[in-house]
Amino acid sequence: MPLLKSGAIVTDNFVDVSADSSIPDSGSIIVSLEQWLANLDALIARREPIGIRLRSDQHPEVIADDLDHFSVIALEFPIFKDGRAYSYARLLRERWGYAAELRAVGDVLLEQLHFMQRVGFDAFELKSADPVSDWLTASGEFSAWYQATGDGRVPARALRHQT
Amino acid sequence: MPETMYRYDEFDHALVSERIAQFRRQVDRRLKGELDEEQFRLLRLMNGLYLQLHAYMLRINVPYGTLSSRQLRRLAHIARTYDRSFGHFTTRQNLQLNWIRLHQVPDLLAELAEVDMNAMQSSGNCVRNITSDHYAGRIREEIADPRPWCELIRQWSILHPEFSYLPRKFKIAVTASPRDRAAVRVHDIGLHMKRNTSGEIGFEVVVGGGLGRMPFIGKTIREFLPTADLLSYLEAILRVYNLGGRRDNIHRARIKVQVNAVGEEKFRELVEKEWAEIKASPLLAVPEAEVARIHAYFADPSYETLADETSSLAALGQREPAFGRWLATNTVEHRKSGYIIVNVPLKTPGCVPGDATSAQMDAVADLADRYSFGELRISHRQNLVLVDVRQKDIHVLWQELVRLDLAAANTGLITDMIACPGLDYCALANARSISVAQAIATRFADESEAAAIGNLTINISGCMNACGHHHVGHIGILGVEKNGQEFYQLTLGGSSAEDTSLGDRLGPGVAAHEVPDLIGRVVDHYKAVRHKGERFLDTYRRVGMDEFKTAAYGDKTADKKKEIA
Repeated sequence: MPLLKSGAIVTDNFVDVSADSSIPDSGSIIVSLEQWLANLDALIARREPIGIRLRSDQHPEVIADDLDHFSVIALEFPIFKDGRAYSYARLLRERWGYAAELRAVGDVLLEQLHFMQRVGFDAFELKSADPVSDWLTASGEFSAWYQATGDGRVPARALRHQT
Repeated sequence: MPETMYRYDEFDHALVSERIAQFRRQVDRRLKGELDEEQFRLLRLMNGLYLQLHAYMLRINVPYGTLSSRQLRRLAHIARTYDRSFGHFTTRQNLQLNWIRLHQVPDLLAELAEVDMNAMQSSGNCVRNITSDHYAGRIREEIADPRPWCELIRQWSILHPEFSYLPRKFKIAVTASPRDRAAVRVHDIGLHMKRNTSGEIGFEVVVGGGLGRMPFIGKTIREFLPTADLLSYLEAILRVYNLGGRRDNIHRARIKVQVNAVGEEKFRELVEKEWAEIKASPLLAVPEAEVARIHAYFADPSYETLADETSSLAALGQREPAFGRWLATNTVEHRKSGYIIVNVPLKTPGCVPGDATSAQMDAVADLADRYSFGELRISHRQNLVLVDVRQKDIHVLWQELVRLDLAAANTGLITDMIACPGLDYCALANARSISVAQAIATRFADESEAAAIGNLTINISGCMNACGHHHVGHIGILGVEKNGQEFYQLTLGGSSAEDTSLGDRLGPGVAAHEVPDLIGRVVDHYKAVRHKGERFLDTYRRVGMDEFKTAAYGDKTADKKKEIA
């Protein structure tokens, strides 16, 4: 699946092994929460970057103390209308200060891109045929917004009073 | 646009027009077949567009029920141009158009945006139209005008990046009067403005009320929330719900189910814990200048200094009984001397409750311009309200309303029914609502009989989803389907006011044609046993169900016994 980051298709350097029964000895990998908890010491001891993939029923609170170990956190949308990961993303960015890649995976659609960007996702596994043009459309769709999030964009209620 | 309500500025306009452009693209993709109905469904719902039994239905927000004459005229024009020249006002202060063609919706939305209106989030699993007291800003008893706060919440809720894919729809209502006309205890969040002991204004926060298949009365999780904390507290509640509400079963996904599953105490703890984390966040701070900016839009119209004419109006009402009845039922005291609030019921016997034709909308808009500073309200009981009428104009206004057939003297009376669209329009309904409402209206068409019965609300829903709020009608009617037949079950003793209660089941369901007489027997019993000046609801609460049940079904039971004998 194409990985979209900063408006371009990028090479995914990570191998997602979260659904596999064993963990390869080397390489940059994305593991499941279960794999992470079961192999904590071994995974921390690895030299290559490591990522974790969380299901929408796995609250990232359980890894809040481990965030420094991750180069990628992938949050899953099992179906686009399951909106829990929007809250998880904000907690990771705004409350626990996670600064590395936050990847949206699963049922990620064009229509959700604007919201996903605003809550802190910066990488997207898109299923669409032309993800770059989707990205450009979705990124430019709105020039005004009412809410402030950790992305730093200033909401209308503050812009109205800036001189 | 009158200077007395919110008007879009450049930011509001940008957001709404960009949303329309986005939806125009989505409609194009759907029409070209690039999106299938399943993918398109949620996108159109978030823009207020349903697919009903016969056609698309568009639900247009009237934020907190406040409407200008210019906006009402535009709604009339839209109904005429894009629909069949009528619309249906709903219990959530929306207007529904029932015969919409998909390819025209973006143009329709653009016409709405020109008068600062939209249909965003009138459907979908997101925060819906913020509703309020239809007398807000005009009634003497209120402690503040709730509408500026409604507007602040409206803006916070629109295209919220975190809360646009909630487990289920989310309804917020705000009132600032001791008497609750906004049904705040049957909303996902109800905000009841109050003063604390220091005299400051804030909100009592009620969570987890709702009707539908599992009716619940909301629980107060905070007695007093300072206004400065409004957005952070709402955000805390929504986050707890977004993360903890059930997503495995659509019928268990509302916040009321979560509140009842974890328990009121625990739910309060969860919210307070989350709130403690974000309370001081600059992301949720509202600049004081912004609060002041929004409040300034809701300035008083230029009232004249007028003497109170209540007693001379009463005398006129004595001489002209029809006017007197209307004056007594349909008008409400205004906080300004010499002014009066006028209810314009969309409940003329024989008509569909809440329906208005384009011609009626235009006519009422003209009356608003001439008699009410160009401002109107939609009530959750599906009526229009002229909020700023000079007492000295009231008799002339009444005569004009009579000519328009909009002067039914029935506000708060038995024929002022709430009814959902029912099986005539709705894809979810099991039974018709409109024809039952019409039959009841015909049965009680005599205005003096209705006046003698006094305050009695009848709410009718055509299915368990309870859009007609049957659980909280003094008399509730629920349409059900059994073996292809429509039946109607009655409940007694519901209320959506400050004394919120859910109605109790009266007895077995009856066929549509039996409903008016069943209600007739209930009403007759009430009239026989009521104390002087006692409302139906209070009589019911005093005497209880048993004797009403006997009064309602007694004959039938007797007949059955005869048959057996």
